[in-house]
Amino acid sequence: MKEQLQKDFDNTIKNLTLSQKDIEIKKFYLDNFINKGFPNRREEDWKFTDLNQIIKKNIGELSFYSDYTSTNKVDTSAFVDGLEHNKIVFINGRIEKIDFDYEKKDQIEIIDQSETINKFNNNSSLSDLNSAFTNKSFKIVVREGYQLTKPLIIYHTTNSKIWSKNINLRLNFELYKNSSLRLIDLFRDTSEKNFLNIFYNFDLKENSILKNYKVDKFENKNIKYSFNNIEQDKNSISETFILSSGSNFCKNEINCNLNGEYSSAFVNGIFSLNNNKHHEIRTIINHLTENTKSYQLIKSVLEDSSRSVYQGKIFVNPKAQKTDGYQLSKAILLNKDSEFNAKPELEIYADDVKCSHGSASGSLNEDSIFYLMSRGLNYQQSRELLINGFLLDVVEKITDPEVKNLIKNMIGIKE
Amino acid sequence: MDNRQKEIDNLKDYKYGFTTDIEDTRAPKGLNEDVIKFISNIKKEPQWMLDFRLKAYERFKQLKEPDWQKPKYPKIDYQDLYYYSAPKSMKDKPKNLDELDPKLLETYKKLGIPLQEQKRLNGIAVDAVFDSVSVATTFREELTKQGIIFCPISEAIQNHSELVKKYLGSVIPVTDHFFATLNSAVFTDGSFAYIPEGVRCPMELSTYFRINASNTGQFERTLIVADKGSYVSYLEGCTAPMRDENQLHAANVELVALDDAEIKYSTVQNWYPGDKDGKGGIYNFVTKRGLCKGKNSKISWTQVETGSAITWKYPSCILKGDNSVGEFYSIAITNNHQKADTGTKMMHLGNNTKSKIISKGISAGHSDMTYRGLVDISSKAKNSNNYTQCDSLLMGNKCGAHTVPYIKNKNSESNIAHEATTSKISEEQLHYCQQRGLSAEEAVGLIVNGFCKEVLQQLPMEFAVEAQKLVGISLEGSVG
Repeated sequence: MKEQLQKDFDNTIKNLTLSQKDIEIKKFYLDNFINKGFPNRREEDWKFTDLNQIIKKNIGELSFYSDYTSTNKVDTSAFVDGLEHNKIVFINGRIEKIDFDYEKKDQIEIIDQSETINKFNNNSSLSDLNSAFTNKSFKIVVREGYQLTKPLIIYHTTNSKIWSKNINLRLNFELYKNSSLRLIDLFRDTSEKNFLNIFYNFDLKENSILKNYKVDKFENKNIKYSFNNIEQDKNSISETFILSSGSNFCKNEINCNLNGEYSSAFVNGIFSLNNNKHHEIRTIINHLTENTKSYQLIKSVLEDSSRSVYQGKIFVNPKAQKTDGYQLSKAILLNKDSEFNAKPELEIYADDVKCSHGSASGSLNEDSIFYLMSRGLNYQQSRELLINGFLLDVVEKITDPEVKNLIKNMIGIKE
Repeated sequence: MDNRQKEIDNLKDYKYGFTTDIEDTRAPKGLNEDVIKFISNIKKEPQWMLDFRLKAYERFKQLKEPDWQKPKYPKIDYQDLYYYSAPKSMKDKPKNLDELDPKLLETYKKLGIPLQEQKRLNGIAVDAVFDSVSVATTFREELTKQGIIFCPISEAIQNHSELVKKYLGSVIPVTDHFFATLNSAVFTDGSFAYIPEGVRCPMELSTYFRINASNTGQFERTLIVADKGSYVSYLEGCTAPMRDENQLHAANVELVALDDAEIKYSTVQNWYPGDKDGKGGIYNFVTKRGLCKGKNSKISWTQVETGSAITWKYPSCILKGDNSVGEFYSIAITNNHQKADTGTKMMHLGNNTKSKIISKGISAGHSDMTYRGLVDISSKAKNSNNYTQCDSLLMGNKCGAHTVPYIKNKNSESNIAHEATTSKISEEQLHYCQQRGLSAEEAVGLIVNGFCKEVLQQLPMEFAVEAQKLVGISLEGSVG
């Protein structure tokens, strides 16, 4: 893999206009990655999910260089109907379109950061890989007091032009005081056997609100990793919703630092898996100051020999008195080969806190099925109704009505 | 109330901190094959036992000391320890208690352990382990009548060789982790109990561990086998003198329960915890594992952990037999600079297996406490159930309480439920108690006792009283 990486790296920087110093920095990240390699189960954070093995088994040899000189055609029929929205379109990792048509031009700033190296607050080998190979990266700034009228949808599209490729994306968002942003990540893949490595950084200033919905619904054979780093100032709110379903393998990580008083973070997730899929959500919520709040709800429905993993951690700093933290993970195992693993972790150094977690897993409740069947539903209907209700609970947590409806329609959950 | 106050004052300092001035025989310092042969030789062990030890030592040389645990400690130099220390008077085994060194008798008297049978209390059979040897076992005759074997393991290796050979290392193999393997290589003494088929052991069996000599590590090994349909309740207590240096205690405890058998294992661990500034104290790195080998068997661990500078142990159950049950009840209290990383593992392998985990952690002062547990339901363990509850109580804002459960469910017909909470004593509860005339300290004591009740109830009577007192003492001075 080493020669491949070296060769692809040389090709990648050829197309960039970087100073000698920046190239050195990128080289440093590359060397880091070469040393560490893809994470494997020997690392505690990857205990349940051996990425190294998964890539080896499903993809084999990866190539890291993509030719971004030619444009791809944007297929407008793929856009979401019935909801006016702003767009960012990635096709095979190349940014094809950024448009904020519905917003005031002077309130949103798009800064091209491709020629600058920005450090990412995470020292995993995947962030090294990302830093070494990202070729275009943007920073999106929402000005003070501005609330976007329409949601922003980021289309992550891949098509059959790419094969066995590693794609690295990075976006930075900065939300100024009193601003708000609704962001939907929509994954739509017709390609197979690629590894997507996505890093987002969010900087939330006072009173700002971020709502991020990640929807990975369409069946595909890709491997995805996505990392959200969220920095929160006073009174800010972040809401993350993850629908983890389509890809063969997917790991979402959320690292949230509650730096300001009265800031709060919500993470809600659904795993709806079949076949051999293996998905994971890992969250780290750092309560770093007083009066902060976090809430997490993760539900899994597992069919065939699928596997879901939830690793959640609530960390409470000695200063963070009056913290309120909660985690709940529930799973329904529908097949004898399905598997649910959880590691809900509390690390607490302050005494005046209210922190708890719960986790439950098991089969569908036979009594409930009996109840429904005694009222005239057949087995299949009763089962669907129960699963529907089980998942609806999470979808109802979405605070934005427009997006809630969109997601409900997308995944076919009825009320 | 005055009496109680007096009692608490008496106990405020670690009352078991004295040393017994007694001549001892030691193995040469360090760890090598010769030391292992020396131990084996002095114990007059058969060849297979020596082979067992050497095999473990070979393995030990290849192993690396683990470092993933939360409480970190300075590196232990395993060549700088004495692996065998015994009172000189024990060289030729005394035939009965009259021949026992009076100094030893006095030590145990001071510790409140009655070795002389006429002074017996509530009928508990005690095996007293002093540094590396077992000094006395009481009530042997009465137990023999029922066919129960209860004796030091070194004796069992000679007299009940076949039994020991069959079960020793069957739950914790020589190829296990670092500290377990070290123990397999150098273990010196401990207790052995065998309960024959269909016998309900008429009294509590108990081992009392005492570390006396400095610069030694205590490596004892306990093996309890409950044959078909039998029942035994076993208690373990431990203390050590106050010393400035840290001492290592790496014991192995193996339990085997055959068809329909039940073993109840209770521990009140009160090793020297170090002084207020965290100097000295015992490193308690113990491996405890029970195997529910037969159908309908049951193993229940109850522990009250108040001592040790660092406690690092996970008493676990392997639920192999169908319908077997594993239970774990724990209270862990850390104060001053104590650290604990403890919990349990429940491995469900058989059908219809059940496990229950109740863990209560209390941290005060500058201490740090971690519950770490694993519940693993394998794909073959149909219709299994687990319930886990771990609650932590924080007193003061300089301590930490952590919960790290690992949950693995591979069977769709099995259920796992887990809940955990972390909080401090609520103002309302305190107010309510104080309003009714209790002082702040008494109120906290009452609330803490209530918090622990679920676990304390599981202890045998005499132990429960002692444990309840210990809970109060361990938290002395942490209120307000």
